[in-house]
Amino acid sequence: MGQITLQGVEKSFGPVHIIKGADLDIADGSFVVFVGPSGCGKTTLLRLIAGLEDVTGGAILIDGRNVVDVPPAKRGLSMVFQSYALYPHMSVRGNIAFGLKMAGLPKDEINRKVERAAATLNLTPYLDRKPRELSGGQRQRVAIGRAIVREPKAFLFDEPLSNLDAALRVQMRLEVTRLQKQLGTTAIYVTHDQVEAMTMADKIVVLNGGKIEQYGSPLELYERPANLFVAGFIGSPKMNFVTGEQAKEHGAATIGVRPEHLKVERDGQGWQGTVAVAEHLGSDTFLYVDTGPLGTLTARYVGELGLSPGDQVSLTPEPSRIHRFDDSGNSIRA
Amino acid sequence: MARMVTTQRKVISTVAAWLAGFLIFFPILWMVLASFKTELEAFAIPPSFLFFHWTLENYITVQERSDYVHHAVNSIIIAGGSTLIAMLIAIPAAWSMAFSPTRRTKDTLLWMLSTKMMPPVGVLVPIYLIYRNFGLLDTRAGLIFILCLGNLPIVIWMLFTYFKEIPKDILEAARMDGATIGRELVYVLTPMAVPGLASTLLLNLILAWNEAFWTLNLSTLEAAPLTVFIASYSSPEGLFWAKLSAASTLAIAPILVLGWFSQRQLVRGLTFGAVK
Repeated sequence: MGQITLQGVEKSFGPVHIIKGADLDIADGSFVVFVGPSGCGKTTLLRLIAGLEDVTGGAILIDGRNVVDVPPAKRGLSMVFQSYALYPHMSVRGNIAFGLKMAGLPKDEINRKVERAAATLNLTPYLDRKPRELSGGQRQRVAIGRAIVREPKAFLFDEPLSNLDAALRVQMRLEVTRLQKQLGTTAIYVTHDQVEAMTMADKIVVLNGGKIEQYGSPLELYERPANLFVAGFIGSPKMNFVTGEQAKEHGAATIGVRPEHLKVERDGQGWQGTVAVAEHLGSDTFLYVDTGPLGTLTARYVGELGLSPGDQVSLTPEPSRIHRFDDSGNSIRA
Repeated sequence: MARMVTTQRKVISTVAAWLAGFLIFFPILWMVLASFKTELEAFAIPPSFLFFHWTLENYITVQERSDYVHHAVNSIIIAGGSTLIAMLIAIPAAWSMAFSPTRRTKDTLLWMLSTKMMPPVGVLVPIYLIYRNFGLLDTRAGLIFILCLGNLPIVIWMLFTYFKEIPKDILEAARMDGATIGRELVYVLTPMAVPGLASTLLLNLILAWNEAFWTLNLSTLEAAPLTVFIASYSSPEGLFWAKLSAASTLAIAPILVLGWFSQRQLVRGLTFGAVK
């Protein structure tokens, strides 16, 4: 079991409020991603759950028990650090076994568990190597091995893939997701990369300035962002925002249209503009269109239209895909 | 062409390095050479570099006149003892300052170092009187105590810098893994700090071995280490260069050998913070 509940969790460092009252319900076995820009408090929130920082206020319940006064090791969680934080003087085996050794398990049981974890992560050939003799991806797997071997109630991941190169990151992303599904253990994963968040999460927590902006499944966040911040943060390229007359027509202070929901035509009745930059990715194309009073809008379309900078285009938003926001930036639901 | 330039550069820098090394080593070499000369040749002008009457006479005289072994044992006990005690105090001190710093940690460290800015002679009289009253004059315990105090700031500083280099994440990982503070120290921190600990130990040993001010002033015979042994050859009756050199050579030999064998460890420790 690994159900985690946050009730009004607050954290301040001196006069600085990092976490301003977080409420959250994380179901057993789910994969929850904390995402937000740097400095939004996502790592702090994770460290509060881990017990590496003490809360200033509120309660953290793990399976119904308030753990705010429980030391990290007794919370039954394990953590994977951004820097891997492997013990450099221990072999892979020693690294993975350390937690079990500290728990005082008998030797043969430790060995059995370590070998099983190593097999799961394809680390068996490296068990007797030192961390410095491993590649980045292998080190990351050792760090994960160290986490899974203790059979925790939940895994805490603190930007574990940010030190890997792009290709490896995609591969490890898959591996981590698959492993989590296979083990069925609750996982909380911190990242600033919204692509990672969208692809890995069952549910995403979007944090900004120490506050939870929205909590929901990736598609919920994509289709029904609660406010301007979430709308702008989730999705790549970013959502286009238009204010003024065009917004008023829709009864909103601001309207938002995702680049993929703008229809691009050479001649049309939509917003007129000039192509400033065209990024050709092969599978699709990103257009940055200068529309004068509306500013620069981004449009995305599948395939090639043969447009180049300077060409005139018309952009028409799909009516059902227009997001409306009020004066305070909150989403207006019809 | 480019290759020629780099070869040329290599040669020049190699020669320069050897020259600098030789310059630094020269006094020691000269001392060793002088110890094999007769007193007359030792201060002859122009000096003879290699072509003199090589003799062991000085070593024999030195051994006859004073008891080398007695002083050497004292040096070992005093340098070793003060180093060990300093390490025992400094490890927890540096540990707590590196991993649980407070607002005053920087000030504390600076204050510790500031004690080294005062010339020791400034407190010679009070220390001497205290030692006399407590019966610590010319005792090994007294010298161990004063050398330990003298080197403690440097030892704490060095260890503090080494401990600071250990990533906090690793200690947190150990905490998540359920290690208590004691086990964290034994299984994680100490093994990682070994290069730093070793070089601190060695440097402190060398400093304590060579310390002359306090040992000369606070000991005469019983507890006198090798520094006193050397100094006894610069007497009111005159300087005996050859014998002084022989005594000095004997005195620095043990620490030189130790330094030679541990130089890799020493260099690695001293550059520990510089290259990651």
